[in-house]
Amino acid sequence: MNDIPQATPDTQEVVLAARNVAKSYGSVHALKGVNFDIHRGQVTTLFGENGAGKSTLMKVLSGVIQPTTGKILLDGQPVSFTSSSHAQSLGISIIHQELSLAPNMTVRDNIFLGREIRTPTGIDYAEEERLTRLLMEELEEDIDPLTPVEELRLGQQQIVEIARALSVKSRILIMDEPTSALSATEVEVLFKVIRDLTSRGVSIVYISHHLEEALTITDHAVVLRDGNMTAYAPRSEIDLEWIVRNMVGENFDLGSPPSGYEFGAPALSIQDLTVMDEAGAGFAVVDNLSLDIKAGEIVCIYGLMGAGRTELMETVAGRMGQAAGEVRLHGHEVSHLTIAQRIESGLCLVPEDRQRDGLVQTMSVGQNLSLASIRKFTRGIFTSRKDENQLIEDSIRDVTVKTDGGDAAIGSLSGGNQQKVVIGKMLATHPTVIMLDEPSRGIDIGAKAEVFRLLAERARDGLAVLYSTSEVSECLSIAHRIIVMHKGHISAEFGPDATKEQIMAASGESVAA
Amino acid sequence: MSALSSSSKTSRSGLFGEGFDLGRLLLEGRAFFALIAIIVIFSILSPFYFSVSNFLTMSSHVAIFGFLAIGMLLVILNGGIDLSVGSTLGLCGVVAGWLMQGVTIEAAGVILYPPVWAVVLLTLVLGAIVGAVNGVLIAYFKVPAFVATLGVMYVARGVALLMTNGLTFNNLAGKPELGNTGFDWLGFNRIANVPIGVIILAVLAISVGLMLSRSSFGRWLYASGGNARAAELSGVPVKRVQIAVYMMSGVCAAIAGLVLSSQLTSAGPTAGTTYELTAIAAVVIGGAALTGGRGTIRGTMLGAFVIGFLSDGLVIIGVSAYWQTVFTGAVIVLAVLLNSIQYKAKPKKS
Ligand SMILES: Nc1ncnc2c1ncn2[C@@H]1O[C@H](COP(=O)(O)OP(=O)(O)OP(=O)(O)O)[C@@H](O)[C@H]1O
Ligand SMILES: [Mg+2]
Repeated sequence: MNDIPQATPDTQEVVLAARNVAKSYGSVHALKGVNFDIHRGQVTTLFGENGAGKSTLMKVLSGVIQPTTGKILLDGQPVSFTSSSHAQSLGISIIHQELSLAPNMTVRDNIFLGREIRTPTGIDYAEEERLTRLLMEELEEDIDPLTPVEELRLGQQQIVEIARALSVKSRILIMDEPTSALSATEVEVLFKVIRDLTSRGVSIVYISHHLEEALTITDHAVVLRDGNMTAYAPRSEIDLEWIVRNMVGENFDLGSPPSGYEFGAPALSIQDLTVMDEAGAGFAVVDNLSLDIKAGEIVCIYGLMGAGRTELMETVAGRMGQAAGEVRLHGHEVSHLTIAQRIESGLCLVPEDRQRDGLVQTMSVGQNLSLASIRKFTRGIFTSRKDENQLIEDSIRDVTVKTDGGDAAIGSLSGGNQQKVVIGKMLATHPTVIMLDEPSRGIDIGAKAEVFRLLAERARDGLAVLYSTSEVSECLSIAHRIIVMHKGHISAEFGPDATKEQIMAASGESVAA
Repeated sequence: MSALSSSSKTSRSGLFGEGFDLGRLLLEGRAFFALIAIIVIFSILSPFYFSVSNFLTMSSHVAIFGFLAIGMLLVILNGGIDLSVGSTLGLCGVVAGWLMQGVTIEAAGVILYPPVWAVVLLTLVLGAIVGAVNGVLIAYFKVPAFVATLGVMYVARGVALLMTNGLTFNNLAGKPELGNTGFDWLGFNRIANVPIGVIILAVLAISVGLMLSRSSFGRWLYASGGNARAAELSGVPVKRVQIAVYMMSGVCAAIAGLVLSSQLTSAGPTAGTTYELTAIAAVVIGGAALTGGRGTIRGTMLGAFVIGFLSDGLVIIGVSAYWQTVFTGAVIVLAVLLNSIQYKAKPKKS
């Protein structure tokens, strides 16, 4: 079978098609005339590097933005979407890469936002709540419909986003990195839901940087590179190597932990740390936990959502208060220090939620990158432009941010490139201990390798790294030591030669079949 | 997270990438063009409008709002609002007047007449204290800025009324034999024919401008106004910045109070009523976003001059006070309208 789009799509096979679609933002050409088919009742997966144009294409296909040139064919007929609600009324809905929920509203109200179920006397809250419960059951998630979204963990918010898209009951569902904050189990559940949808004739577009995971669900693969389509193929003809080769032009793997040097003295030592939950429900999210990381050592924490990894890191960084225990940096107690003082003494955190905790959306790319290092380029009372620009240039190169330059608006970057800015900002402070909370969320395989290389290089110079992830294969290719966290405790510890199954079992996760 | 991410600006590359974009230029320089338009229109309507001496007189009126607007800009950049500045202006004027009348110390049986420099200093300190109260309420007690400063607005006004019993201090000139003359210097003197108030405004605007664009504090301010959580995690002392900002706003109000009561050689407890709204208007016309993180001192100054030159112009051509109010209102609404076009909230973005 040939997957290359035809000039006139076969309407039996193709439900929605893009022909010669181009999109430019000023001088930036995000899409340069692409052809793309969404196969009826099947899963079409779109692969590509950060900034390749994936999200842009999906926004064009769901009416969020209008293409500069080119046409869109729905069931073989040309259409032009005026807005996303127009596209929705034609049966197309989208799960955005960045969450678009109202944080102060409840799960139920978010799911039905703008599509409230009405009775003659107002909104039928009971019915909305019942449907929300059904959706949560389908997604096997224990989330109360009446919880405000801001109280949910990032992964749970992503589930709500998915539930909202499912509740529309569209015939074409576009998913732009729906699983970036989900655990392996939740991804399994989502895939079950996707299979169920396709069996009922719903067509799916799926985007993910978890390539292996995406391969298990895809029927057709398409690769986008720098705004051009570079390859189309059905599932039967592709493998991991094919994707990577078409995405970045070469094949490579993430390597293995840096070796051939001795670790130094303990850089970060956590003793009997206890942290209570933020809502004040009175249970310990981190429970009497002790952990030492030596200079030069890379430690991965693996765990399910809610295992307490984020809380552990935020407490050590100084964002959350600790109930008991000690945190020492190079032998000095830091519990009483402010976040700024901890950064100053070389301890920093790359937070999990880039929109909420990582980026200042009103500032430029450069200002975001230099934000945590202002003191480094302040001379007397004024900042030095020259030194700042130097720092920004270095960071952009170090973490390979794809951007017009330091003056570009942060919102003009692709999701993965925004993530790189958050990582780069913290690396620019030249820490001696860095904690990264799910830093690979949304970055492509090349960038991930680059970040790993950077961490390995700095580790050789004595940087201690604490790295949390939900992807076991990441642990295995970067960590000297793997720690599994479960309900606030360390439930197991492995060396770099552990197997995937051992690690997952220790986290309390059922090993995926 | 639309609440957080929607404020992101559309790319600027359109401006540079596809040559000259007139619409954008007009939009971004709107306060400037509005000011030019106002000057041209009133110069045509009245032969008295276009003269250096009239501009200087109008500028010394603008100065009062200008001081308040500078403080307000800092607060708005931080994502807050300060409704108390008008009352702080009144209170500071009254306290300055009270100090100039002489402070009776009953226990010692003497009346102290502090010299003018001490009066000025004490008044500025008072402004900073009022601001600190706002700042602490907002940063540490988590009172919403609108409510905290609304409360302080009433308290400050009430204290000013209590201190004077509702009356006005009229004799601010001081007496040579008491060694406290010179208070009217602020309001009446000129250097190279430029009123002192205008000079102070220029100096203040330039220093605050430098602070915003070149100091680390300025960067902290923009960052914590744009996204306080992210700023905090990047090591910005968010709470200290917040308190500092309200203190600066209080000091700006105190300066305005001093200059105004010097211009009038009297200090009344109701001085500055509703001036906070004019200050907010100036900041908004100057293109700052009320959601925080965006705005410049240049814009705010232009905004203050637009309002000042417009209302003085209306007075000069003899339009009734009621119509002045209508015009000012219309200009504000227009400015906010243009703001929302400039920072147009995209419904969704990656
Ligand atoms: N509003 C915008 N203004 C300017 N440039 C933009 C804008 N939105 C996207 N771009 C640019 O378009 C290109 C494609 O971005 P897009 O978000 O589609 O990438 P992506 O393939 O989804 O990447 P990622 O994997 O990181 O999510 C990028 O170079 C990006 O900088
Ligand atoms: Mg994307």
